[in-house]
Amino acid sequence: MTRSLYLLLTAGLALGALPQARADDQYVQATRLYNTYCVQCHGVNRDGNGVNSRDMPVKPRDHTDTKAMGDTPDETLLKAIKGGGLAVGKSILMPKWEGVLTDDEMKDMVGYLRFVSKTTK
Amino acid sequence: MKRPMFPRLLPSVLIPAAFATLAMSSGHVQARTGQEVLQQQCVACHAVSKPQSLDLERLWQRKGPDLYYAGIKFNQPWLEKWLQNPTTIRPAGVMPARSVRAAADKTPDTIDPSALAPHLALGKDEAAAVSAELMKLGPDLGLVEKGAFRNDPPNVSMASMLFSKLRGCASCHSAKPGNGGSSGPEMYDGGARLQPDYVVAYLRDPQKFDPHVWMPRLDLNDADVQKLAGYITTLKGEAK
Repeated sequence: MTRSLYLLLTAGLALGALPQARADDQYVQATRLYNTYCVQCHGVNRDGNGVNSRDMPVKPRDHTDTKAMGDTPDETLLKAIKGGGLAVGKSILMPKWEGVLTDDEMKDMVGYLRFVSKTTK
Repeated sequence: MKRPMFPRLLPSVLIPAAFATLAMSSGHVQARTGQEVLQQQCVACHAVSKPQSLDLERLWQRKGPDLYYAGIKFNQPWLEKWLQNPTTIRPAGVMPARSVRAAADKTPDTIDPSALAPHLALGKDEAAAVSAELMKLGPDLGLVEKGAFRNDPPNVSMASMLFSKLRGCASCHSAKPGNGGSSGPEMYDGGARLQPDYVVAYLRDPQKFDPHVWMPRLDLNDADVQKLAGYITTLKGEAK
């Protein structure tokens, strides 16, 4: 009885842990890029409270906001990263990253934002 | 902005002190040449020649800003003065991601002073010698176009508006102490520190200096570049 409970628990833990581990693996590179280019404004918690946000007239987007992020299509997110805020009718304070990040890196970033905002399809 | 004080001394500060004591006790007080200081100390944290690979990993590993183009970046008098009395230029350090910490209650992230190392200070003679040596670095790399800064009559209020609002520079750079972003180098003594031609070149294409640096390439038109560079040359506030 104890043994089967143990087995059940282990199996459960493994199952529970696996997707998380896979998710982390999948987003290693995007996390690195986020921490390089985005964290200053969007924050360690990805919620728009970056160190620079203190004096910014427009608060950076909260990437943990499931509702707002869920309402934003992938193309819009990609456009904002690529062309900056102006490309999607938002603030100029979001710079364009085209020319710094590759197309693949920007696409991966959209996937990472879906993961962060829990809006993965 | 209030500067954190660093009570601990880095070994790099202690070693030269020990050297000096030794030299004095043996009766040979001799300032090192600029090249000696560069090779004995600066290289511990700074690239003084162009690194073989300029990849993102290197940016994460480096401990201090690159100096291999110092001669086309800095003004020599500023270098000499600063090396004798180093003050903070980058409030969040050379890699902000390493020093920023999440704050509680959905307030802005803060900078952890323990993640930052103070810069050692040099004596007057060595500061002069090192500055002269640093000024030799970079002119052959083709990074800066001489005379690119046109020095048009400045329109400070317009340029200040560009800096703080229209082009978003103030999000990362502070033009006034205690105001503006802190992830990028402070700009309120940018005019004393930086050569105008360098500012023009860097604004036009930061990734020419490092392909992975996070200073965005803003595609500014030449009029804006000139105005912003002109504005920065006017910022000569004493760094603290």
